[in-house]
Amino acid sequence: MNEPILSIKNAVKRYGSVNALDGVNLDVAEGEFLTLLGPSGSGKTTLLSAIAGFIALDEGTLALRATDITGKPPEHRDFGMVFQGYALFPTMTVRENVGFPLKIRKRPPAEIKKRVSEALEMVQMSDFADRMPSQLSGGQQQRIALARAMSFDPQILLLDEPLSALDKKLRADLQWELKDLHQKLGVTFIYVTHDQDEALSMSDRIVILKDGAIQQEGDPNTLYDQPRNRFVADFLGKSNFLEAAVIAGNGPAYQCDSKGALFTLNTQEPCRTGETITLALRPERLRLGLPGAELVSATVKQVSYLGERCQVLVMREGGEELLISRPTWKTDIVPTPGLQVSIGWDADAPVVLAPA
Amino acid sequence: MPRVHEKVSYWMLVLPALSIMVCFYILPVLGIWEIAFTEPETGVGNFVKMAGSNAVKTSFVITFRVAAITTVGCLILGYIVAYAISNFATRLTPLMVALVILPFWVSVLIRSFSWIVLLGRSGLVNDALIHAGMIERPLRLMHNELGVLIAMIHVMLPFAVLPMLTNMRGISGIYVQAARSLGASEWTSFRQVYFPQTLPGVLSGALLVFVLSLGFFVTPALLGGGRVLMISEYITYQIQEFLNWGLGSALSVALLVATALVLLISARFVNLRATLLERK
Repeated sequence: MNEPILSIKNAVKRYGSVNALDGVNLDVAEGEFLTLLGPSGSGKTTLLSAIAGFIALDEGTLALRATDITGKPPEHRDFGMVFQGYALFPTMTVRENVGFPLKIRKRPPAEIKKRVSEALEMVQMSDFADRMPSQLSGGQQQRIALARAMSFDPQILLLDEPLSALDKKLRADLQWELKDLHQKLGVTFIYVTHDQDEALSMSDRIVILKDGAIQQEGDPNTLYDQPRNRFVADFLGKSNFLEAAVIAGNGPAYQCDSKGALFTLNTQEPCRTGETITLALRPERLRLGLPGAELVSATVKQVSYLGERCQVLVMREGGEELLISRPTWKTDIVPTPGLQVSIGWDADAPVVLAPA
Repeated sequence: MPRVHEKVSYWMLVLPALSIMVCFYILPVLGIWEIAFTEPETGVGNFVKMAGSNAVKTSFVITFRVAAITTVGCLILGYIVAYAISNFATRLTPLMVALVILPFWVSVLIRSFSWIVLLGRSGLVNDALIHAGMIERPLRLMHNELGVLIAMIHVMLPFAVLPMLTNMRGISGIYVQAARSLGASEWTSFRQVYFPQTLPGVLSGALLVFVLSLGFFVTPALLGGGRVLMISEYITYQIQEFLNWGLGSALSVALLVATALVLLISARFVNLRATLLERK
């Protein structure tokens, strides 16, 4: 990474006995689309508010291009921000809203006019310049909020769950638009969401937070394929968890035993013979076969049809439930509740998780 | 058929209150109008007399001046209170709202007498100041316009606070945050983003206090001690002291018309429906 545009060192924020931020270290690269992902209460919004300057950190520092901004008030940070509730000023027209940051910066009227129309054009809202925010739909308001946050060429754009109040279809459209805009403008985006699909589809890099601490960070692919712990494996996509004992081998191939089912595991993680490990298995990496054809025997418990895919919940003989996701066009086996089947997986499918 | 039924039940619900209003308010007011134009003789004589009287003119000027100053005072003090309650307090908010409403439980008469105890020549305020050595002779704090204003602002304050409070509590803190993230200082955010959103509350508070102050009687009568003659007290004088029902009624009509004019004019600037009826 080159010189990071934003550098967060050991950020701590306490609310009573709860640590909303518990020693967060994070560098944000210039021009990247970074997503802070986590369930509610994970500290992602607290972290964003600290970056924006709305809350003061109890410990730690923030630096913008190596200049300390820890104590700087929000109005001097020059970050654009888009809020969950849009926060368009209800007493101002769309034009006045978008021009607000420029007026505050005392830019000449001609320049304000030009940049407002550019910003509105960017979000395809030029025809709405003289409307009041209350006359716009949610999606339109969000576009204006975006134009307003971008009109003054901010150093960084902060987005606090900007799409969560919109319906599913519109959300998907705006995801594409946001990604497009990010590529076109090259501005650094820091995006907060609890929606894993949103995070996976848009981000260059995702930071997963829980209890105010970073669980794992990386590009969407790495996070999905190589979750480090149970929380990440479960929060980003779905996972099956399997306990297994390592009985032989010394990397990258190991022989493992999960309740009598013997299988080979290919992994870069070093494992010791005799140790019990937790494995995460993605539902789409599990194979469904006729009884005896695959590794473990199971009974179909429930089937859920999702259009392009179909999810099958099976009960493993003598043990846990496993979720399998398979394309609906596969009709070699038609799973119905009560059907006897067998389950298998490739040697490189399971991911070894860090001990909890 | 449900339409007819709905209409019937609507009138059944409205009728009791409406009949009380008609019998005990509308009809007596019409009676006042009648007296104004017929006593002691039919015609506009009372109004001609009223227009020619310097005392009446002075009284009207005092009335409007006291009402206006009271309104401004209540708005300034009330805005600060409402702002503090809606933007800072947390666990204390219900208590603070209760403290605003609490004075309603004590009669205006008692509150006004309390001010006499406080502001009189040897009242608490003067005594305290003299004992503290800050003044030598008692200040004239009542039986003048100052006393009336102090007590009026106190009595009217909740009427200013409540509409502003309702309005402010509906304003999300997110707007000021947004303004600051866009580069506005705390003060600029307040002035350009927060304050414009509170204007409906300010205007309804202003209207409420002003209109109530125009016809207020008890407090000006007690604290003014007959020296600050507002219209309502002037009317009482005409009727009780001089038994001049004609002129008293004409003054009442004039006050009613003046109040109606204030409402009409303000209707050009304020949405009266929203201000006075649709409160959350």
